[in-house]
Amino acid sequence: MQKLADFKLPQFFNYPPYFTLQPVRDTREKQIQLWKELILDYCKSQKTFLICVEEDFPLFSNSAIDRSLSHEAKETFLSAIVGEGRAEWLDKGHRKCLILWHRIQDWADIILQFVRDNGLEDSVMTVEEIRSGTESHGTELQGIDRTILMRALKLLENKGKLALFKGTSADDEGVKFSV
Amino acid sequence: MASGSSIGVGGLFTNAEVTTSGRPVLRRNEVECFLLSSVDFDSDDDPPRFTALKSGNLILTTHRLIWIPSQSNGAVPSSIPLAAVTHIFSHKKSIKSMFHSPRIRFQADPGSVVVTIVFRGKGDFDGFLTKFWECWRGRAWDEEDKSEAETSRSGGSATVAQGLYGNDGTVRMVGLAGILRKEQEQWESTDKSLQDAFQDLNALMSKAKEMVSLAEKMRQKLLSAPSSQNSSTDDEEMGSKEEMQQWMLSVGIISPVTKESAGALYHQELSRQLADFVRIPLEQAGGMISLTDMYYHFNRARGTELISPDDLWQACTLWEKFDVPVMLRKFDSGVMVIQNKSHSDEEVMSRIRMLVTKTETLRAGVTASDAALTVKIAPAMAKEHLLTAETKGLLCRDMSPDGLRFYFNLFPEMDLTNLHIVKDFGTYGEWVKATSILSV
Repeated sequence: MQKLADFKLPQFFNYPPYFTLQPVRDTREKQIQLWKELILDYCKSQKTFLICVEEDFPLFSNSAIDRSLSHEAKETFLSAIVGEGRAEWLDKGHRKCLILWHRIQDWADIILQFVRDNGLEDSVMTVEEIRSGTESHGTELQGIDRTILMRALKLLENKGKLALFKGTSADDEGVKFSV
Repeated sequence: MASGSSIGVGGLFTNAEVTTSGRPVLRRNEVECFLLSSVDFDSDDDPPRFTALKSGNLILTTHRLIWIPSQSNGAVPSSIPLAAVTHIFSHKKSIKSMFHSPRIRFQADPGSVVVTIVFRGKGDFDGFLTKFWECWRGRAWDEEDKSEAETSRSGGSATVAQGLYGNDGTVRMVGLAGILRKEQEQWESTDKSLQDAFQDLNALMSKAKEMVSLAEKMRQKLLSAPSSQNSSTDDEEMGSKEEMQQWMLSVGIISPVTKESAGALYHQELSRQLADFVRIPLEQAGGMISLTDMYYHFNRARGTELISPDDLWQACTLWEKFDVPVMLRKFDSGVMVIQNKSHSDEEVMSRIRMLVTKTETLRAGVTASDAALTVKIAPAMAKEHLLTAETKGLLCRDMSPDGLRFYFNLFPEMDLTNLHIVKDFGTYGEWVKATSILSV
């Protein structure tokens, strides 16, 4: 079976009807679910956080069978994922979609685990360090999307697990953990 | 022979044959002229000389008076040949007759029985009376006997003559030249016949019967086995013969039901006639035919007195009321078809399923025209079937610049918990095998 980068594609990726938005309700439901799983799996493996509808996304076309998703199809599938809480539209025009292959809550748990693993219970770090510092190398937090990270941190702040503060420069935010 | 009160005493009434839809079976050259409902046949004598026929449809033809019961009350369709009518009593209009149902009295053999026809329904009574006189005076049955005698006569004289010219000085029909000349003469007379027919409309109406019987004769000739001619012309002949035959088969109705002769019953009788006619084209088309195609076939067969699309549609909708083996069906897309009641969706679905699970169609799918070729129905019908199959979940669609194709629906077999699993059993596995040549 084909691969996209190092991601193994399922057999049905070569099934032409998979790329046509199905009109019959039950068939379409199944199709939507299959695309949802595939998109989330792919994004997780490639650490893709953002899908721009108007740009080419490798998963949305298959040159082997000469098929690609229509704009309407992309919108339908992504909106379905948004509806289930695993993605968010970043703009009203539905052009950019943030993919939450981990939910925000999941990311929050991952951060807490990260803090415990590295003994950072009472420490201070910059937000940037959380995503690109040496401690995060090889963990899921490496390269995490900033928007998502901020949301997870805010969630933890509301729970009293940390405090966010502005740093010396405009985009240099810091975190004080009190886990 | 007891002069009792049973039908058929002395053979006055004969049983009339009817089709399964309740239409009378007409004899060769017999043409329907009038149709009225709610008609009784009473015996004028006391005690009555036959059992009265109550409440039926009366059909006047060039040869007979046919009475068909409108309810199944045990009565049998009956007829009296016009040849047996000896006298029609004149109808005097009086104050008394204005308040009663109109009636006609006539006398018929055997036994000079006086019969009264009582018209209890609404209808053109005067028109009927006129037609009754016309048909009785027309003596259509006499002409037949005459023409039969003529052919036997001319056949007799031809055998005696020798050489090219016959005894009466006309060119004899021998050999290839004779056949060609015979054809020529027939076409010339047909041509002349056509010319006459177009002189005026009334003449055309009477020629119409001739036209149709001419067509019938030509059909008979084409159906007969070909004589031994040189083989090089056979193929051509067979080809054009088949064409002619197709054309002739569509000319099968001698007496079209017309608005004039049936009046208010027009749609009902049309409906019954249509149900009879529809059988053959329906079979040829594989059990389902669009309303437009049927409009074409039916009017073609009628030749004259064409019916409007609306009349056709009305006639079809009336089928619900009768017990006929055909029905009108409307698809979601608005397409209307006529189909046999026995023609089920299940049967079509299974044919489609067989088609799409073949290795080649698993891989490449089917278009409407592919399906039409395999299942042998018109492409428009094929698309309807495919769409129905899609709605039922048997198929799913693939839309591309190449057009619309349908595939066997594999979606139900895909596993959401593990996208890579392909079960050993199931069509999904078959499809994977069928496409293994393509995958990288």
